[in-house]
Amino acid sequence: MNEQNKPLLELRNIQKDFFGNQVLTDINLTLHEGEVIGLVGENGAGKSTLMRILFGADMIRETGGYGGDVILNGETVHFSSPFDAIAAGIGMVHQEFSLIPGFTTTENILLNREPTRSNVISQIFGDRMNTLKRTEMDERAANAIEIMGVDIDRSMVISDMPVGHKQFTEIARELSKEQLKLLILDEPTAVLTEREAEALLESIRGMAARGIAIIFITHRLQEILSVCNRVVVMRDGYVVNESPASETNVQEITRWMVGREVKGGEETSVSSRNTETSKTILSIRKLWVDMPGETVRNVSLDVKEGEILGIGGLAGQGKLGIPNGIMGLYPAGGTVLFDGSEIPLNNPRRCLDSSFAFVSEDRRGVGLLLDESLEWNIAFPAMQIQNRFLKKYLGGLIKWRDENAIREITEKYIDELAIKCTSSRQKAKELSGGNQQKVCLAKAFALNPRVLFVSEPTRGIDVGAKALVLQALKNFNRESGVTIVMVSSELEELRQSCDRIAIVSGGKIAGILPAASSVEELGALMLSQVI
Amino acid sequence: MNKNTSANKSKGNLGSFLRRSSVPIMFIIICAFCIPLSGLSPSYLVNEIVTRMGRNAFLILSLLIPIMAGMGLNFGMTLGAMAGQIGLILASDWQIVGIPGMVLAAIISVPISILLGLFCGKILNMAKGREMITSYIMSFFINGVYQLVVLYLMGSVIPIAHSTIKLPRGYGIRNTVSLLAMRQHLDNLIPLTIKGVKIPVATFLVIALLCVFIIWFRRTKLGQDMRAVGQDMEVARDAGIKVERTRIIAIVISTILAGIGMIIYLQNMGNIATYSSHSQIGMFCIAALLVGGASVDKASIGNVFLGVILFHLMFIVAPRAGAAITGDSMIGEYFRVFVSYAVITIALIMYETNKRREKSRNSEQLQQAQQEEENR
Repeated sequence: MNEQNKPLLELRNIQKDFFGNQVLTDINLTLHEGEVIGLVGENGAGKSTLMRILFGADMIRETGGYGGDVILNGETVHFSSPFDAIAAGIGMVHQEFSLIPGFTTTENILLNREPTRSNVISQIFGDRMNTLKRTEMDERAANAIEIMGVDIDRSMVISDMPVGHKQFTEIARELSKEQLKLLILDEPTAVLTEREAEALLESIRGMAARGIAIIFITHRLQEILSVCNRVVVMRDGYVVNESPASETNVQEITRWMVGREVKGGEETSVSSRNTETSKTILSIRKLWVDMPGETVRNVSLDVKEGEILGIGGLAGQGKLGIPNGIMGLYPAGGTVLFDGSEIPLNNPRRCLDSSFAFVSEDRRGVGLLLDESLEWNIAFPAMQIQNRFLKKYLGGLIKWRDENAIREITEKYIDELAIKCTSSRQKAKELSGGNQQKVCLAKAFALNPRVLFVSEPTRGIDVGAKALVLQALKNFNRESGVTIVMVSSELEELRQSCDRIAIVSGGKIAGILPAASSVEELGALMLSQVI
Repeated sequence: MNKNTSANKSKGNLGSFLRRSSVPIMFIIICAFCIPLSGLSPSYLVNEIVTRMGRNAFLILSLLIPIMAGMGLNFGMTLGAMAGQIGLILASDWQIVGIPGMVLAAIISVPISILLGLFCGKILNMAKGREMITSYIMSFFINGVYQLVVLYLMGSVIPIAHSTIKLPRGYGIRNTVSLLAMRQHLDNLIPLTIKGVKIPVATFLVIALLCVFIIWFRRTKLGQDMRAVGQDMEVARDAGIKVERTRIIAIVISTILAGIGMIIYLQNMGNIATYSSHSQIGMFCIAALLVGGASVDKASIGNVFLGVILFHLMFIVAPRAGAAITGDSMIGEYFRVFVSYAVITIALIMYETNKRREKSRNSEQLQQAQQEEENR
């Protein structure tokens, strides 16, 4: 009976900061054998970091370790690599598949743990020349699949499989490890169809009945309620609530997840204008975008002239896919009408020619020429696309850069956006994240676009720079009348800057609300069609 | 609807089969066109093919293991070929003749092959994804080292006794080293002639042994690890497989086999062109393998044999056919060199387009799903 009461896993006062940026504060969690807990929280709430600590991920050690204790079976453990965590009985199924595409289910389940038979040659050259025991491999794979309680073909090659079966193969691989006591499932149902997800929930119940403890991370709250014993809600690095699943409901959990403490009186300065009557400048119909991890399905959306339209949603739901697809960075289909004329997709140049501009979320990869000066960074697109900042000779046969004009415009934006740099000739890679973002904005502003797409404009920059960037966008919109489509994971930021907010969930537009709507309303939309 | 998709699938399968085997089909057509033009008798052709099969198959088989480990078409085998030549030069200087001479040459070549293979493997681990060009350039570099050894060190540092293989100046090896004492000793070890076609039974037995080894090797733990590494290095690493080490082993095995393969090749030829035998061998072996229907990431034993037959059939008939058409046999000679480069180029382009096709399949699916949704 004593055994029953001793927790399998106990986390005590777990703390973690990334270079002074506190991401986890005083996390306490206990888990018993055969218990299923659901872990929910918005992106960036700290779920993944917590699981990485538990799984001994390299990046935790590389960024200075963590505070507090992880106690497994009554002993404090310190994993120096995922392999230690696996040896201690922890298994983790990641969001991305870790499978060999050309191997069968069986081969993947027993990858690098194949039972082998020794022979004459292996006695000379070592164990790796042992032959594989195919029949035993098959049996062990069959056992693991049976524990899971679903039927998948053991001899099918992974690349021929539906996504759901791949997910089951991953889980079976963890189950085939005899020492497994604790299984972490990181959004396992995200890629599954409804039926497959149901089968997975069923198998979670089965695994728990066999005494395996499970931490189940998902955005689908209904699933948590149906399968978990307890729900743990995280927000901004804290555990904000922990309660038995039977005593709560979806609305309550949603509120815990997104509900910021309402700051007394200091209601955020929502300044949304009514743009209903404005004319539609950009009309998107039936857009699909194949952006890995941010797939967009059948999106139709109207953007009004002169407004700031926010696009929000959880990570991986497709909000980033919309601007990237329209601008031609990822394969896309559907129709995009701008001011009545159709914009061809999959053709970045034509988009730019139609006076669109895009500030990418991938600042260093897509946004900047890292090894070039600020002058170059800011003037380059305008030079390439609009033939500006060029002096023409011999009737346009020879074009030279107009260095003076370039310096002038760069100085202007350095002043306007308060870019901290030593001179306009400093290299872009030497600037801080916030200042790099400002350079990206300046670059887009220099194009004098009619529609500006901004993707995650404040990702990874400090509070001061954030306010400046948002203000600069607002000013640009108000003063030059440029229509802005702003994609961001931060609802609060969207509410502050935008006129309307479209929420993307499951690759589709779940709804469009005025920016003054409450966080709860928007949060409910965010979770409505999560896949 | 179900019927529709299954029909689509079988159509897709046929299409992808044709696409995958477009190179062999092209060669079958060229050969079918050239054979009657060349005017060569069937018995002569069969004789030639059988001889060339014995001569080349072992060398080409040595390419299979690096392909399995995801290292692509590997010119690292050229390094093994050089090791084999050094072994043969020394063995013939020591006047060890016949089969014992070949065995001795193999014994000398193996440690050299291992050293070169380790070096090559280490370098290729630094250039993942660019193995082909890296190993190609490296084969030129090692060729320089080989020339240093053969041209300057042999005779001055490494004792060479016989003036028949030494340059008149007292050190360095002559342009051609005769292997008369070993010539076709392996091929003729078990004599067999069927209807005028001479069959090198012993050579075929050695090749069969290698095939058995490769099949068996695929079933070992190491073979399984190599396949895993070849398909996804990151996943393999996460599963605890030592990726770098596995790749080095694959190259070492390949260079050792290439060394032995070169010895078999040269015993059939009967002499060594000291400074050129190895230089083209990598190119021709890779071309032959590709003609057999292999690709950068997939090759089987079947590809090897089909490749040897088709590629060498063209080699034999093209000059004659060229001469018959244009009256100039140089045309055919030119044609066969041109074709082997063309084949490699085509195979590389096809590999890239197939990868791209894979990618775009994703978006097609997405589009289809959306249309189906709308239709509902």
